[in-house]
Amino acid sequence: MKHTLSVLVENKPGVLTRVAGLFARRGFNIDSLAVGQSEDPALSRMTITIDGAEQPIDQVTKQLHKLINVVKIRDLEPKGMVAGELLFVKVSAEGEKRTEVLQIAEIFRAKIVDVDRRVVTLRVVGTTDKLEALLELLKPLGVLEVVRTGTIAIGRGRGG
Amino acid sequence: MSPDKKLKGSEALVAALEHEGCEVMFGFPGGVAIPFYDALYDAKKLRHVLVRHEQGAAHAADGYARATGKVGVCGSTSGPGATNLVTGIATAYLDSSPLVAITWQVRSDLIGTDAFQEADITGITLPIVKHSYLVKKTADLPGVVHEAFHIASTGRPGPVVIDIPVDVALGELAYHDADALDLPGYRPTVRGHIKQIRAAAKAINEAARPVLYLGGGVISSGAAAEVLRLAELRRLPVATTLMGIGSFPETHELSMGMLGMHGTVTANYAVHECDLLINLGARFDDRVTGKLKAFAPHAKVIHADVDPAEIGKNVAPLIPIVGDIRQVAAGLVKELEGMEWPEERTAEWLARIAARKEEYPLHYDEPSDGKLAPQYVIEEIDRVTGHDAVICTDVGQHQMWATQYYTYTSPRQFISSGGLGTMGFGLPASIGAQIGRPDKTVVDISGDGGFQMTVQELATAVSCELPIVVCILNNGYLGMVRQWQDLFWNKRYSCTSIESQPDFKRLAEAYGALGLRVTEKDEIEPALREAIACEGPAVIDFWTSPESNVFPMVPAGQEITEMIGGQAKGKGRRTS
Ligand SMILES: Cc1ncc(C[n+]2csc(CCOP(=O)(O)OP(=O)(O)O)c2C)c(N)n1
Ligand SMILES: [Mg+2]
Repeated sequence: MKHTLSVLVENKPGVLTRVAGLFARRGFNIDSLAVGQSEDPALSRMTITIDGAEQPIDQVTKQLHKLINVVKIRDLEPKGMVAGELLFVKVSAEGEKRTEVLQIAEIFRAKIVDVDRRVVTLRVVGTTDKLEALLELLKPLGVLEVVRTGTIAIGRGRGG
Repeated sequence: MSPDKKLKGSEALVAALEHEGCEVMFGFPGGVAIPFYDALYDAKKLRHVLVRHEQGAAHAADGYARATGKVGVCGSTSGPGATNLVTGIATAYLDSSPLVAITWQVRSDLIGTDAFQEADITGITLPIVKHSYLVKKTADLPGVVHEAFHIASTGRPGPVVIDIPVDVALGELAYHDADALDLPGYRPTVRGHIKQIRAAAKAINEAARPVLYLGGGVISSGAAAEVLRLAELRRLPVATTLMGIGSFPETHELSMGMLGMHGTVTANYAVHECDLLINLGARFDDRVTGKLKAFAPHAKVIHADVDPAEIGKNVAPLIPIVGDIRQVAAGLVKELEGMEWPEERTAEWLARIAARKEEYPLHYDEPSDGKLAPQYVIEEIDRVTGHDAVICTDVGQHQMWATQYYTYTSPRQFISSGGLGTMGFGLPASIGAQIGRPDKTVVDISGDGGFQMTVQELATAVSCELPIVVCILNNGYLGMVRQWQDLFWNKRYSCTSIESQPDFKRLAEAYGALGLRVTEKDEIEPALREAIACEGPAVIDFWTSPESNVFPMVPAGQEITEMIGGQAKGKGRRTS
């Protein structure tokens, strides 16, 4: 099962290295990691997604907790969170392919952020599943470049 | 220190260390360390011991910490000085020893430029520290030192690195002692959950075949008295890990000695047969468990540790307790005191253990080559020092014999690199231990191989006039590796014979220490007495039987029942 960890860390130099280094040393694989400032400038919030089948989630969170700069960890329930990711994709869109790309973009509510005669660049926000589905459809048309942020997530309701 | 005095960073560091109660540090200077050494020149309370290699500084500080329970402090210059500390930091990390390592760094504006003697020591040590700091501002120094000491010594202790660019030492600050902590992410759980303690007490009360399995956590939390009370209250047989040696007196009838790879038959079989295993401050290390699946197969497990990550890491306990072992043990005693307990409940079990102790004591045969039995040398050290010396060891066969044939009676009496198994640890650790415990006889038991890894620290011991007694069990081999080749690799002794040895007696004399050689049994005691009486360091070169092996032995990754050399005394295969 996939786990989404919301990790509050002190906003200090080297903290990302400590977290990444811990994962490497203990042999835990990270699926994605996204980090940015939180509501408090002294703290950053990381969203880390990992495969719980591959590694004992209990050990991952306990080891993370041991890092002095890690303040708080939440293992977000899939039902109790809102999650999403931002993706840019550059697709070749020459001739009649262009209409097809635009149609797909429309369905996925992807925004066209750059166009020239040969390529269209789309920006789309959504769950990992949605982004995967989009890429699947675009693939036959010629995906030239993909960049994505990794999932960020937040708990639903008041619970912080 | 009067409030808000203007100080240089280097002077502030000395003041901050003194404020933390640091009386001695071990180090070695270099270019960017000069400002600090200049400040040390005027230090009133802080003593600096000049080692001969930075690895020695780290081990000495570690030995001091283990012998006293205080934070050990070591220091080095940037680059190679700092990288020389790495083995010592890793050693402290694996054995949860409170160490603060101060490394000097190139100027802030040069960091990242591959400047002369620049090494990214906070990066290099990241996986082997509890925490680390790269100090950016002079004003941060007192606070960082205070936090570092706090982190190193609380919760599960461990090493903390403070890397300080030289310009930070040269800058000025308005100094005042730091007493506040800004560590929002660091709150070790000290008090075990009362519900868990009650559940554990109930399980202990109901067990028919309990075993108390004690690790280093008992010693680091100062829980020996509480644990003794607990064991006596329900007559719990006790097995200790290597790190737990001294947490329970081996002279006590409930003591079964050490468990694990070279543990006693009694301890290992007790764990194998017990219905309740009570782990206090140990971590189910592979050298203890052997094949994990077959470890303590009939037991319910209680596991108490101050580090929550240890619980469930290797073994999923029925009753986990996160907390300081001293508090947990005191809590268990309190609960048990209020419970009814029929003494017959464990009578059969205790009788079985007593019988096994009788039938399967540690034993060895007299070597047939006429050389000294290494085990006998340790027995003699034990006898001559009356179970009361602080014993430091190196790593190898001699280390295991030191666990088996010396009788430990108190915490902090046995100092050894358990987790990392660092050859070269013994001599510098004994220097730190002797400085920390001037009242004690400190004996370093080393091998002829490992002794040479940090032999240069004899100069440190001589210059500090430390009365340490270094006992080399000289078998002409990297003995422990040779033993594995003997038992599992068809006696193909590849690269384990160390034929060209220095003359250790003359080597000691060259350093200005007392050097002695012992080849006969009856020379052992007089040599030990002379070495102990000597005011400075002494080295005794014991010529021991080259092919003696350490038994019993549970081969790596195997089950307790596959123990080699665990036969009853006088039966079965030779055990030396
Ligand atoms: C730094 C280091 N290198 C290698 C080893 C592997 N090793 C473990 S025991 C041992 C042999 C030690 O020989 P010696 O010091 O003579 O002790 P003995 O086993 O003979 O008592 C070796 C090489 C180690 N533990 N540490
Ligand atoms: Mg040897």
